[in-house]
This record gives sequence, structure tokens and C-alpha cells, in this order.
Amino acid sequence: MSMTMTQKILASHAGLESVEAGQLILVSLDRVLGNDITSPVAIKEFEKIGVSNVYDKEKVTMVMDHFAPNKDIKAATQCKMCRDFCEEKSITHFYDVGRMGIEHALLPEKGLVVPGDVVIGADSHTCTYGALGAFSTGVGSTDMACGMATGKAWFKVPSAIKFVLKGKLNKYVSGKDVILHIIGKIGVDGALYKSMEFVGEGVSALTIYDRLTICNMAIEAGAKNGIFEVDEQTVAYVKERSDREIVSYKADEDAVYDAVYEIDLSMIKSTVSFPHLPENTRTIDEVGDIKIDQVVIGSCTNGQYKDIEEAAMIIKGKKVAKNVRAIIIPATQDIYLRAMENGLLKIFIEAGCVVSTPTCGPCLGGYMGILAAGERAVATTNRNFVGRMGHVTSEVYLASPAVAAASAIAGKIADPKEIMKD
Amino acid sequence: MKFSGKVIKYGDNVDTDVIIPARYLNTSDHSELASHCMEDIDKDFTKKVEVGDIMVAGFNFGCGSSREHAPIAIKASGISLVIAKTFARIFYRNAINIGLAIVECPEAAEAIEDGHKVEADLDNGMIYDITSGKSFKTQPFPEFIQKIITNGGLVESIRRGDIK
Repeated sequence: MSMTMTQKILASHAGLESVEAGQLILVSLDRVLGNDITSPVAIKEFEKIGVSNVYDKEKVTMVMDHFAPNKDIKAATQCKMCRDFCEEKSITHFYDVGRMGIEHALLPEKGLVVPGDVVIGADSHTCTYGALGAFSTGVGSTDMACGMATGKAWFKVPSAIKFVLKGKLNKYVSGKDVILHIIGKIGVDGALYKSMEFVGEGVSALTIYDRLTICNMAIEAGAKNGIFEVDEQTVAYVKERSDREIVSYKADEDAVYDAVYEIDLSMIKSTVSFPHLPENTRTIDEVGDIKIDQVVIGSCTNGQYKDIEEAAMIIKGKKVAKNVRAIIIPATQDIYLRAMENGLLKIFIEAGCVVSTPTCGPCLGGYMGILAAGERAVATTNRNFVGRMGHVTSEVYLASPAVAAASAIAGKIADPKEIMKD
Repeated sequence: MKFSGKVIKYGDNVDTDVIIPARYLNTSDHSELASHCMEDIDKDFTKKVEVGDIMVAGFNFGCGSSREHAPIAIKASGISLVIAKTFARIFYRNAINIGLAIVECPEAAEAIEDGHKVEADLDNGMIYDITSGKSFKTQPFPEFIQKIITNGGLVESIRRGDIK
């Protein structure tokens, strides 16, 4: 029975020789993740199940990132509930203010996910870790609760779409443009219930960070998971952070796919998603004159060091346009520290940006950059739904760190090539 | 499982940010969540919804965030059943896990109009539009899914030993 990469990982964790699309299976979990929004609901459900301990103190992971540092009393109460639970259950991987980062940047950085793992997280962007050759998917709080109690979750084995990558990205074009381009092509439900599997010679031309961004937004095409083939870069990235065994899978040559797309990376241009769906994409040359009020560079999608550095290189020596608020959010403490040591924070502050401690904050309209009625933001985040970053009449344009940085300088959506004059 | 109520209808790609905006995610209180349900696309929803009402929508209902607060808010507002052309996968899972009945039926979701009186019998997979007189056939739920919903969710099913 031929299988996709995803199906092989699922079969191995279900104790089965092979699985096929549509089959219902029970799989063992290598990690169960929650944040300060979803864990409180899960903790309440966990307590109803009636078991005294979590299935594995090393594998249950909670990260306080959405409304932390706490934005109000209710948010503080939710974090306290998580903190008390993790203390009581002696959970090793509890990340609080000062040690936390945005969860999907933090887990890879800490070596908590390795190729071949099965990870569930009560956060839709848990699909990020497919970049490392793991099966990881977002679930709700009840699944998290049952996962914490039993170490297992049920899944319907997904079929898959294959993306064969070739060529290399051009200057100022990154993983964000690739995934926005793909979502523009297949739509926000183009991969509904399916895996998105990325293979081909072009994979090695993408950095791990490009791949993390691409898999992060697989959910924005409705996918169950996104996954990259493991290569030397993956192995090097993981070995630096974890001693665990790396198990890498390749799809069988005769594996069945619902569709196959060939993507030439060298043809992809800087891409922007217009309100109010990620599929409303336009290439940078089709954008027109869109004046903006705010820029956000950060989030689980684009808060990596490489993203912050790319933005800094564009902003360096320039000033943020009058009437634009530019908010830079390194995704983890480690990234923040490196940005400080390498002088990036100075570049941002001198240009008139604000630099924040790690938080999901503005991405989901929580705090740290909420939009007023009618305001527009260019953001390196992942969703531009109605009211996502604030008032229901505000607008979010999704873009890469390079486009967001260029836009901060220009005061309107701008092509980094024009700002850099090359 | 039988349902009967008036229809409140929405379009395609209704996302979890409009079902329950993130600014209210600092609570997990069901009635508080219900009091803000749908407010960013339909300010009148909480005023017009009555216990037993049926929500009808287009493609990719519940896309976006994994927040279980979304099906919780819908269920706590009194909606008994959601009929859509398709559901986003995390929402689909969450709805079943918390015991909110949902069913995919593109034909019904297309034809049924806002305000219609609808009845559904998910044991045999039938949806009846009483106002228009049309009926629609859908896949009945497998027994284990029915059990989860009638038990009020996955946790209660595990507790009762219905799911091992």
C-alpha cells in the first residue's frame, strides 16, 4: 500500500503497517501543546475526565503567549490557572513571561519537535512544525484535554496535495510570498481536510525559516497539516537543539495525491493578501496606492530572527513615515536578545519603530496595536478576517517582512526593491 | 437526533474571529461568550436567536483559529444544529467534541433561506425545509459520533465509558 509522508508518520504512531485516506485511527502523541487562551478550557475539561496526572510531564507543553504579559485581569486569571495546573502536575515545559516566546517559534527553537513526531496543539497554527518533517496539527481544547490525559488522539487519515518546488527565490521574496501565492491559487479551502506536502529540488533552496512560515499558513488553505521532506538543513537545525533520534519519511513514489502543483520559486513575486481573506492575493506590482496607518512585523508566521533581520536591513538609516505606527515583535526571548546584540533594535528605534516583548498581541486583535475604525495595517501575520486586528471596519493586508518594512518607510504598501532602489 | 427551529443564515467562509472575536477570549464562561456570538457580522444575532434555532451557512464554516470558544458560543446561544456546505476541519472536530450537532449538506445549505422553519433527523440523515416543502438527504452520523453529541461531548463520553 503506497503512502504519503503524512500517512507514514500516522501509521507509525498508530502501530500499523499502513493506513489509507479516510481511515479512522488512534495515534500516540509525542507532544501536546496549549496556550493561555486554549489551555484554561482544556484544564476544565481535563478535570472532568477524572484522571489525576497528565500522560507524560515532559510531553505536555504550555506557552503563555497570546495575552501575556497579561493585558487585563481576566487574562491574568487565565495565565494563573495554567501556571497553577503546570505546578501541580509538575509539567516540565511550561513557558511563562521572561522565558516564553510565541509558541510556534519557541518549540522548534527549544528542540521540542523533531522529524517524524506527531504533535497536536490547541492552536490552529500548530501545523508549523511540518517544516521539520513532523506531523503536527491544530485541535481544540477538548482534544488537548483528552490528549493530556491519554497521550492519544483520533484522526481521519488525510489525502494530500503535492507541491513540487523548483528554482530559487529572488531577492526580497521569502516563504511568506510562497504560501500567499499558493493560497491565492488554491483558495482558503483549497486543501480542506488534506495534507500539503512540499517536495522537490526547490526545498533545499528554502531556509528552515521559509519552510516554517509556509507550513504555518497551511491552515489558511484549510489543510490538516503541511509537511516538508527532511534534508541536510533540517537535520543540522534539529541536531543543534535536540538529542532525540531523527526519523525522516519520504512519500512512496506511487503515492496517490488529489492534485499535484509545480511551483517555480524563481517566478514568485512579493505578494500581498487584501482584506478580508488570505486568498485575496495580488502581486506587489498590482497593489496600487494603499495608504496605511500601522505596520506589524512579528507573529508565529514571521517573527523569526531572519524575518526581523530582513526588516532591519530595509529600515536601516531611514525613518518610518509620518502617521505610521511600526510595531516590531521578535517571536522569542532568544531572537530578541540576538536582535539586541547585533544592533537591530537600535536600527528600529532610531527609525521610529517600537519593539515589543514576544506576544501574539495584535495579530488576533488582543492588544499591543489594535486598529481603530477605518484604519489599515500591513502585517506579517496570518489572517486578515473582518475585525481580526481591531474594529470591524479596520483592514489588514498580509505581507512578508520585507514588504511590511518597505511599507513602514513609504507610508503605503510598497515594493522593497523600490525602497532599496535596486 | 431530531431538531426543529427557525433558520439564521450566513454566507461562505464564516471564520471563528467573527463567531467569537478574540477580544472576548479572556474568558471561558459559556453565557458570556454567547452574549458576543456573531456580533462582528450580525449585531442582531443575540437578539433574534431562540433556543432550538438552526444556523445555515456556505463553504468552509468555522475557518481560522482553533478556539473551541466558537462552537461553545454558538451552542450556548441556543443554536441546536449547524448545516453548512462544508466545515473547516478544526471547527468540525471541536463542534463534535463539545456536543454541538453539525452536518454538511451543500444542497440544503444552498436552498434553505433565512427565517425558514426547518426540521432535521440526523439518525436517518434527513433535513426538511417546512417553509418551502423541500427535503434533503445527507449522510447520517456514525453511531460513535451520535453518542458523543447526545452525551454532550467527548469528555462526558470518555467518562461514561462510551469511548475507550
